[in-house]
Amino acid sequence: MASTGGTRPPRRSPMRVWPLVRVALGNGQLVVGAILLLVVLLIAVFAESLAPRAYDAMDLTNRLRAPGPGMLLGTDQFGRDTLSRIIYGSRIALRVGLIVVVIEGVLGVSLGLLAGYYGGLADRMISFLTDITWALPPIVLALAIVTVLGPGLNNVMIAIALVSWAGYARLIRSKAQGLKNMPFVEAARALGESDLSIMFRYILPNTFGLIVVVASLSLPGAILSTTALSFLGLGSQPPAPDWGVILSEGIRFLYDAPFLSIFPGLALVWTVLGFTLLGEGLRDILDPRMKA
Amino acid sequence: MLEYVARRLAMGVLTVLAVTVVLFLIMQLMPGDPIRLIADPDRIPPHQIEALRRQWGLDRPAHIQFIYWLVNIVRGDFGRSIVTGQEVRVLIATRMPFTLMLAVPALLLHYTLAVPLGLLAAIRSGSRLDRAIIVTTSALRTIPGFWLAILLMLVFAINLRWFPISGYQGPRSLVLPVLTLTLPMLGGTVRLTRAEVLETIREPFVLTAYAKGLTHNAVRLKHVLRNALIPVTVMFFLALPWLVGGSVIIENIFAWPGMGRLLWTAITNQDLPVVQGIIVIIAVLTVGANTIGDVISGMLDPRIRIELEEGR
Amino acid sequence: MKVMAAPPETAILQVDDLSVCFETSRGSVQAVSGVSFAMAKGEVYALVGESGCGKSTTALAVMRLVPPPGRIRRGHIRLGDEDLLALSDEAMADVRGRRLAMIFQNPLVSLNPVYRAGSQIEEAISLDSVPRPVAWRRAIEVLGRVRIGDPAERALRYPHELSGGMRQRVMTGMMISRTPDLLIADEPTTALDVTIQARILDLLMDLCSHSGMALLIITHDLGIVAEIADRVGVMYAGSLVEQAPVYELYEDPLHPYTRMLMRALPRLGKGQGRLETIPGSVPDLIALPAGCAFHPRCPERLAICASQTPVSRVVGGGRTVACHRGEVDR
Repeated sequence: MASTGGTRPPRRSPMRVWPLVRVALGNGQLVVGAILLLVVLLIAVFAESLAPRAYDAMDLTNRLRAPGPGMLLGTDQFGRDTLSRIIYGSRIALRVGLIVVVIEGVLGVSLGLLAGYYGGLADRMISFLTDITWALPPIVLALAIVTVLGPGLNNVMIAIALVSWAGYARLIRSKAQGLKNMPFVEAARALGESDLSIMFRYILPNTFGLIVVVASLSLPGAILSTTALSFLGLGSQPPAPDWGVILSEGIRFLYDAPFLSIFPGLALVWTVLGFTLLGEGLRDILDPRMKA
Repeated sequence: MLEYVARRLAMGVLTVLAVTVVLFLIMQLMPGDPIRLIADPDRIPPHQIEALRRQWGLDRPAHIQFIYWLVNIVRGDFGRSIVTGQEVRVLIATRMPFTLMLAVPALLLHYTLAVPLGLLAAIRSGSRLDRAIIVTTSALRTIPGFWLAILLMLVFAINLRWFPISGYQGPRSLVLPVLTLTLPMLGGTVRLTRAEVLETIREPFVLTAYAKGLTHNAVRLKHVLRNALIPVTVMFFLALPWLVGGSVIIENIFAWPGMGRLLWTAITNQDLPVVQGIIVIIAVLTVGANTIGDVISGMLDPRIRIELEEGR
Repeated sequence: MKVMAAPPETAILQVDDLSVCFETSRGSVQAVSGVSFAMAKGEVYALVGESGCGKSTTALAVMRLVPPPGRIRRGHIRLGDEDLLALSDEAMADVRGRRLAMIFQNPLVSLNPVYRAGSQIEEAISLDSVPRPVAWRRAIEVLGRVRIGDPAERALRYPHELSGGMRQRVMTGMMISRTPDLLIADEPTTALDVTIQARILDLLMDLCSHSGMALLIITHDLGIVAEIADRVGVMYAGSLVEQAPVYELYEDPLHPYTRMLMRALPRLGKGQGRLETIPGSVPDLIALPAGCAFHPRCPERLAICASQTPVSRVVGGGRTVACHRGEVDR
């Protein structure tokens, strides 16, 4: 391992993007996932023009109407249009997923880098932190954190990020351990680069593929968990058109208005499936060894 | 081996201890005076509040409070619920059986479905059956548990009226919640089993087993399965706490009188002693299950045992 | 086209016109094409050649253990009076271990890590419906026979607790425990260091001379061949290009490829040579050159070599060779 490789960090040159795109197009999972997500993304961006009504516009004369002309997916107990609420809800789902992944990614990657690069005490402390995080099922730990922070979507996002950084940390740690003895890192050290600079300018760029794979694989989980907590009433609060909120309001009318409980779930599955396929496709292309 | 088990146990105790310390610190960091959760300062005169403070030990320094708290926990005393005044230990003891009533059957059902499916997929690897098994179980994973619960309710409780919609009304009530806990996680175990079997089949020692004259079935059973199922068995133990965690959501939907619902109620009521009690119990359960998993994997695989005995 | 070096009535193994191919996404790989040879009782026969020449696949085909996607496309394999390719899977499993056994290159990965050394031998012995305590006692005896010191204690060890040489002895013990008529050894010493190599070879030789077991040894090490083999078959690109009694082969190699192998040996007879530099490379088995597969690398090629595949001919004294030049010269 140590005898191969040049003295400069190996990076993909931008010229090689096209073959990568070709490989990506050849991966069925990735293409299907990307198409599913593109639909969600377009809906989220053009929500104002797509939604027939505002997500919080009430119409008390049309309460719990079954799907039909004028209200394609029916209305809820306040006469709000379910289709419009689901359309606006896509914004929350996408935003939540991205924010959670960014927070947990930054946390996990920096702790993983520290543990892998320095080893010793830093490594042991971070491993211990990981052990504590994993001493509770993630959803329970997230609930405990929400108890302390109080309910609300932002707090739920922080809680979910705090319970899921450890996965990144473990993978980045072992990658950094492998990289820190590579010739190009040793050369940088010999040239007097600081530890911080080595970590972020030499080691980090070589973990990008791994980070992209881990992040896209944990995106669906992030969306599912935050929606679940919103469903429990701890995340987004009414009248927000969060899919979890729509479902938790809808479940009260399971007998009279089952459609309220079906369509938001379908939207959620669509989105989660999109991210899952995209993530697995990316993994197959960027890091086939991770395939379990 | 004994020494190894002892060390694993010590590690486990240490982790649980660390969890309680962190838990205690977090609770200390909570904004506001905890006494307000017990008594409304606007309606109760200050001297009574002081008395309450003394009674609950809140006038002592934090580390003394922690030691008292810890000693009480070790003695099995988690305090009383702020809301109902009931002993937390009694609350947990009455709710725990209901949670296990869901988690244990779910775990058993999960493995009786997933392992044979994974095996079948591996033996027929590359066939249509293999694809079908993998695609179906993976698709189940993208369905959120709480939505699956709603769908099952709609179909089997409201339309077909086969099972009660919620609450505990005898064994038939178990069916829907157990299914909800089982189905979404199938994919992971199916894939794990399949991957391990496929990897083991390619091992040279399988060729040796054939070369010495064992039949197909003997090789599959004693050499492929025996080795491939080691990680699958370990996952069995790691899965139990996950199911207990998952039951928080499921119990709420099905109005199931278990620990998960108790936890959720306590969180919405800010009933700290109950929250703490449940979390410590779940941490003990999780760490205990991890430890058992480690010990079992050491018993099943002498290589791991050696590695662990020599200290990692 | 059938060529036999040992008379059929005393032959323990007889391979006729064996072809094995692997169906891959790139096409059909012809790993073994038309290989014929025979072995007498108690004989030590060495198959030699560069890696990828099909010698291991030939051995696995004899065991009927060619891994998928490979399959035996043509030919006959007879063990004594039994037609192995006609047997059912169960009957073949019964033949393995009892009449025909094989030891592999890397003894660490070829032993199951989760069973004790003794148990893995016991498992083989139990196939003869021997009660377990008896089988265990015999397993310990077998460990003694393969010269493992303190066999009762070593039987309780797991493979990773034993040294490389020790593991190969366990492997050998497991395979000879039911006294097969033929033992196949695929590069049995390649993964071991030199001093241990010699001891394992000694052991194999002794086992043969004491029990009358025949040994088919697969190797790329001509030093080993000189030391233990009675007869040698040289393989190139899936074909057997020459076979001869070992001394005749070393004295007077007939095939140009054999001659190149000999030249690559640093000091003949010192028993320590590896095949070294041979110009050109092993051909792609998917797209074999037309004619003689060796002709692109052959220093003595004729015009006919590029168009016509040479047929194996008997050239006296139980020797065969497949080369056009021989047809002209002799």
